[in-house]
Amino acid sequence: MTLDVARIRKDFPILERQVRGGQPLIYLDSANTSQKPRQVLDALADFYERHNANIHRATHQLGEEATQAYEGARVTVAGFIGAAEPAEVVFTKNVSEAINLVAYSMGNASAARSGGRFALGPGDEIVITQMEHHSNIVPWQLLCERTGATLRWFRVTPEGRLDTSDIDELITERTKLVALAHQSNVLGTINPVRAIAGRAHAAGALVLVDAAQSVPHMPVDVAALGADFLGFTGHKMCGPTGIGVLWGRRELLEEMPPFLGGGEMIETVWMERSTFAPPPHKFEAGTMPIAEAAALATAIGYLGEVGLPALGEYEHGLVAHALDALREIDGLRILGPAEPVDRGAAISFTVDGVHPHDMSQVLDEHGIAVRAGHHCAWPLHRAMGVQASTRASFYLYNTHEEVDALAGGIREAQRFFGAGGR
Amino acid sequence: MRLESLYQEIILDHYRHPHHAGLREPFDAEVRHVNPVCGDEVTMRVTLKDSDAGPVVADVSYDALGCSISQASASVLSDLLTGRTVSEGMEINDEFLALMQSQGEGEPDEDVLGDAVAFAGVSKYPARIKCALLAWMAWKDATAQAMGEREPA
Repeated sequence: MTLDVARIRKDFPILERQVRGGQPLIYLDSANTSQKPRQVLDALADFYERHNANIHRATHQLGEEATQAYEGARVTVAGFIGAAEPAEVVFTKNVSEAINLVAYSMGNASAARSGGRFALGPGDEIVITQMEHHSNIVPWQLLCERTGATLRWFRVTPEGRLDTSDIDELITERTKLVALAHQSNVLGTINPVRAIAGRAHAAGALVLVDAAQSVPHMPVDVAALGADFLGFTGHKMCGPTGIGVLWGRRELLEEMPPFLGGGEMIETVWMERSTFAPPPHKFEAGTMPIAEAAALATAIGYLGEVGLPALGEYEHGLVAHALDALREIDGLRILGPAEPVDRGAAISFTVDGVHPHDMSQVLDEHGIAVRAGHHCAWPLHRAMGVQASTRASFYLYNTHEEVDALAGGIREAQRFFGAGGR
Repeated sequence: MRLESLYQEIILDHYRHPHHAGLREPFDAEVRHVNPVCGDEVTMRVTLKDSDAGPVVADVSYDALGCSISQASASVLSDLLTGRTVSEGMEINDEFLALMQSQGEGEPDEDVLGDAVAFAGVSKYPARIKCALLAWMAWKDATAQAMGEREPA
């Protein structure tokens, strides 16, 4: 199966837009948030137009339909990532909330002094990496501050790969949890999660995978990865904002204390205390993003019809082309792997004499949407020796012509700022 | 082309050849401000001296890391505010802030803002307003601190 990009582009109404005075939109910011196909937009409208009701508690037909849509989405997600059962899928707002859920649950276990593998204290360690998004750094810093545990991290090599040379010193019997990105949102680097998970498990540690950048682009199987927890978000994979997923192994979710308290997450409530629903509902307090969950299932169906292997192959071609085109530009430095091996569809770069903010401004003037700054990965930028970068990221609807337009826009920016280049 | 209305020649000149750049001694107050959106940062020192009209800005020195807009803004600010009384400087600062919040509708007074009128086009780009304001917020903060130091014991 090959990917027919012309046909796919017809599914995305926004790609017909013109921006900045009549320029066709060239959207190269999908690692930030992806665009949405008509099918997903229709699913949102259909839910609100025909099935809208609250779930689990409305004893009428619409309530049944809404519950069916929401719980059906859970089954779809479970199948999509190879979960053992739908109950292992907890809906969240996004990946940040998914990671915070685990971190705060561990904090609650620590405060309860009940012991067990989720309770942390001085002497315990959490291991992350230097290439994490802030959302997989800050929750662990906060947890360590609350519990007295120590935060440690893998460094990155100058080429933008994970430096695993000190894995034996980093992952020890003191390690309680290893949290790492499957794919870097800045470098595009795909990390050897399976191998690191193996070491973590041998040391008795749990493994949390931030799959925000991988799940939209490649088949991800939680069991094959060796993960204990995995988070991803709908809006980067053709779905709506406001819906994300925390997958966790059933026995872990059962053992973990709740994160947010409220309606629907309880079993019984007295004035003095409460008991809690089994997972996943234990972690879904209050009214959830119901229409968004239904539309996420539609997005998963859409990606399934395109076929993730075909999507991956097509993106690989785009990335190889982009890396070739960018390498030819004088003064341009690609952050991260320069070859399209174990690297995804995000390419960050710097250009001598043109600050990323100025670069993105010139590109925007040509209708090319990219991201400039540190992309919520400030420590990684420091490690790579740069203050900020420009990131172009690709998805199934991008074309080779758009890659060429990017290279042309970069040269235009060099001319505008008198920064040389060919 | 719209790019030229944003990046006026004055801005590009200040970016390529910043005035009064570098950190100098002595100074009354030093601050470091960052733009958490993009990581741009400026370290700014302000030195005040007495005059009949009240405290005067004797020197503004800075170390700025960032885009053309934020760097040029620091350069223009140092030109404009050095030698002014603190109260004049605060008024100019308010005038510049109002221009940045004008969404492209502002009619800047060149007698007050000097080269800083070149930043009028920035107000049409919400994502860039913080770049232009970074140095001005730092100056205001540093000057307020320097004034606080001068309060009679």
